[in-house]
Amino acid sequence: MLARIKEILGIEAKPETGEVASEEEVEKVAEEKPRPRIGYIHLSGCTGDVMSLSENYDILAPLLTEMVEIVYGQTLADVWWDDENPMPEMDIALVEGSVCLQDEHSLKEIKEVREKAGLVVAFGSCAATGCFTRYSRGGQQAQPAHESFVPVADVVKVDLAMPGCPPSPEIIAKTVVAAINGDMDYLQPMIDLAGTTEGCGCDLQLKVVNQALCIGCGTCAMSCQTRAVEMLNGRPEVNSDRCVKCGVCYVQCPRSWWPMERIKKDTGL
Amino acid sequence: MVLGTYKEALSARATDKQIQKISQDGGIVTALLSFALDEKMIDGAVVAGPGKDMWKPEPQVAMTSEEILAAAGTKYTFSPNVWTLKEAVRQYGLEKVGTVAIPCQTMGIRKMQSYPFGVRFVADKIALLIGIYCMENFPFASLQTFISEKMGVSPDLVEKMDIGKGKFWVYTADEELSIPLKETHGYEQSGCNVCLDYVSELSDLSTGSVGSPDGWSTVLTRTDSGDSLFKQAVDAGIIETKSMADVKPGLGLLEKLATDKKTKNQKTIDDRIAMGLPVPFKASNEKEDPLSNY
Repeated sequence: MLARIKEILGIEAKPETGEVASEEEVEKVAEEKPRPRIGYIHLSGCTGDVMSLSENYDILAPLLTEMVEIVYGQTLADVWWDDENPMPEMDIALVEGSVCLQDEHSLKEIKEVREKAGLVVAFGSCAATGCFTRYSRGGQQAQPAHESFVPVADVVKVDLAMPGCPPSPEIIAKTVVAAINGDMDYLQPMIDLAGTTEGCGCDLQLKVVNQALCIGCGTCAMSCQTRAVEMLNGRPEVNSDRCVKCGVCYVQCPRSWWPMERIKKDTGL
Repeated sequence: MVLGTYKEALSARATDKQIQKISQDGGIVTALLSFALDEKMIDGAVVAGPGKDMWKPEPQVAMTSEEILAAAGTKYTFSPNVWTLKEAVRQYGLEKVGTVAIPCQTMGIRKMQSYPFGVRFVADKIALLIGIYCMENFPFASLQTFISEKMGVSPDLVEKMDIGKGKFWVYTADEELSIPLKETHGYEQSGCNVCLDYVSELSDLSTGSVGSPDGWSTVLTRTDSGDSLFKQAVDAGIIETKSMADVKPGLGLLEKLATDKKTKNQKTIDDRIAMGLPVPFKASNEKEDPLSNY
């Protein structure tokens, strides 16, 4: 994977010291690195993920104009694909939204993306875990037959997953900078998550509480983006009516995976 | 480095008589959070405040020194402070949040800062993270059980709890009771048994009673911001210090307890891995430094 990213981006891996992706950092990267070709593919999602990306006001202009070249996308750039305009080659494809199995266009597009992109990123929880589209049952206007929505990795191979409903602006900025720097240490957890296509508040019970790992710290409840998790007697209590299956509570738990080296770099400790 | 990376180790206590009177040991957390609030280094702090049940704390956003003081003293059961950091930022609109955290909570906060997947604009608002030493944490029902059944006193009458000299102590208005600490073993939550951090190694500074005389705390300053805050509080006369070399029992005891926790819990981790159970830390045979915190 490392060799592949390096090859795709034409760079040598050079882990940065792990500061927050500051404006200076972005400008430095913008000057030094070749611009990767980015595609933004919008499947069945609410556009929240790209809105979160665009919330990086302080780095957005250099990000979009100097650091990367947007070669495909309906929102960030008015470029998309039809029979006359073939999908361009991309270094990184950010895929927002899950894949509707009844939508032939989505299926065709995601397969084409896999062909044309070096790195397919499941960007946001709909793409990574299905998120709230997991609850779809069809029967809705204007496409009553559209009832089955699956995460991208159910249909094509995904290289990185970035869960979040939406992912925070900061994780997007940090990830983009890490990808351009070839900082594989930072990306590794997201590479590991690429195989995780199911996420749910019940992970806290099944994978943390039942496994005698929970310490009642409250990180899961803090990270829940729909306030479906509260702490009751020192343990997470999940309100399944509010859970959208984004998977963030478990991903954020200090007992699911533990990035000690990165934290040491970030804190200087 | 069994105590993690630190700049300085000192024995210290708050100079404020009121803090001395009600704090657990040296009153370092209370004094530093209040000082940081006064100096506008933080806009508010998430603390383990009093809950509706006695000895069952609830996280609280403290906006004044009085509220911080009201939360002084150790509670030996969960207060999911990390949960409330988001509330402090969102509902209270705080730009600079201070908090007090046990090692696992410190780990949750630091992981969130490095990988803020779903946590939008909270990581950058954590201005001060004071860590406390922690061997294990008890579910509330465990505390109730061994206080009422083993010590024979109603938890409602307890005015202070403490762990020291190998014993668990409770103080009521007219009694001082203790049981050997080993009688509380088995009552702690299991999640604590895989934790390799005794001294909040990833905090801005950490503190606890071990190593210092009664009424004093041992302080390890860690990050630049933690070290700077502590020095300012000392310069301002909020905190007085003694060299660790001059106090008993000294840093050796802290190192011993930290080593004991790591050694014992590493064995639990190894046993879990051998059974095929998940655990986010490495087995001892995969580690270069057997005392490292992962």
